[in-house]
Amino acid sequence: MIAIVDYGAGNLNSVKTAFDHLGAQVSVTDAAETVAAADKIVLPGVGHFSALQVLDRTGLRKALLQATSDGKPFLGICLGMQWLFEGSEECNDLAGAGIFSGKCRQFPTSVKSPHVGWNSLIVQEGSKLLRGISPDSFVYYTHSYHAPVHAETTAVSEYGLPFTGAVERGNIFGVQFHPEKSGGVGLSILRNFCEL
Amino acid sequence: LLTKRIIACLDMDGGRVVKGVKFKNLRDAGDPAECATAHARDGADEIVLLDITATSGNRNTLLDAVRSTAHSLFVPFTVGGGIRRIEDAAAVFDAGADKIAINSAAVSKPALIGKIADRFGSQAVVVAIDARTSNSGFEVFVAGGRVPTGRDAVQWAREATDCGAGEILLTSMDRDGTRSGFDCVLVRAVAGAVSIPVIASGGAGSARDFVEVFREGRADAALAASIFHFGIENISELKRQLLEAGIPMRWPC
Repeated sequence: MIAIVDYGAGNLNSVKTAFDHLGAQVSVTDAAETVAAADKIVLPGVGHFSALQVLDRTGLRKALLQATSDGKPFLGICLGMQWLFEGSEECNDLAGAGIFSGKCRQFPTSVKSPHVGWNSLIVQEGSKLLRGISPDSFVYYTHSYHAPVHAETTAVSEYGLPFTGAVERGNIFGVQFHPEKSGGVGLSILRNFCEL
Repeated sequence: LLTKRIIACLDMDGGRVVKGVKFKNLRDAGDPAECATAHARDGADEIVLLDITATSGNRNTLLDAVRSTAHSLFVPFTVGGGIRRIEDAAAVFDAGADKIAINSAAVSKPALIGKIADRFGSQAVVVAIDARTSNSGFEVFVAGGRVPTGRDAVQWAREATDCGAGEILLTSMDRDGTRSGFDCVLVRAVAGAVSIPVIASGGAGSARDFVEVFREGRADAALAASIFHFGIENISELKRQLLEAGIPMRWPC
């Protein structure tokens, strides 16, 4: 069972719909016990970084960190990916999981913000999550803050500067874009996650 | 590279997709879920569903259409029409929309923009503006284009942005349904005045119109309805022509 973590940040329906479409067993949950019992975990979310405070208050943070260290496949989407980093300028008081180093920052003022739309993904070789995805595929983004390019970045997009589109280490994966809204390319990425 | 978006719009009346000229003379164009998936398959980057009747009596018809459309649609999906309170927005999100579009209610209660943005994120709030050429510039109309407000479209777009809108959907009432090209003067004025993406709407007739609104109008996205429903313009063919003209497009799609 894949647990889709509901912490009140944005709309989880589309994530659930995409996994349902792929025939995966999913459970949308806000309970730490369900996260602990799941085989895989998806942390979605759109909106403000401060929304992630709920994870600290409810014991979900502990359950999520436990699951990642137990080796369970973990996918952070959008805000869920940003949580994997140390934090975000959007809410300086709140610590991310710190699994990946660096902090999320605003886009330069030379470009419109939020970054909304389909951008190309420069895919690095060897990613488990992005296997079979063509190097210049397009995916759908909507966000105002971005994670830095990193040694563990597996795909880069460019908007005013290069930023992390996807990141992974072992069983831990993050995507800044919305695979559930990225057409066939996005469904292939989610299928890869299901098949891990 | 961020691409320009081609958005297919479905105007819905009583559960059916319809299309008129200048908001009048409606013709039937099909089932919303079927139209949406067909457009997505054809390469539409996003789908917008607008309930143009939007009386309180047919809210359930709208929500049913949103649910069945969202069920098999894996590109961004915006729903508008009759959203006056945060509860209306919540019901539409709950039914599967990724973004909501608000128009009249945002003009009468700008605070609604921020309320919805606080709960669902700015990225989920599209402020739709219907504007028509006036003596002094462009005037905002509400209630499906029936009621003039005396407000300036550029000013209102700025204010909506400050209130927390994530995108502006800008419709030229003069051009709507005419297939005579987008109003690039209007689009450029608004796109230059706000920091958020602007979706141009009203007047799409040919690939050249799209090239113009992206180049001259500086639109981030362009929306059309009738030319797609009735097969006048095939979306993938349109995108191929735009690519040839040097406009960045999601391709292949």
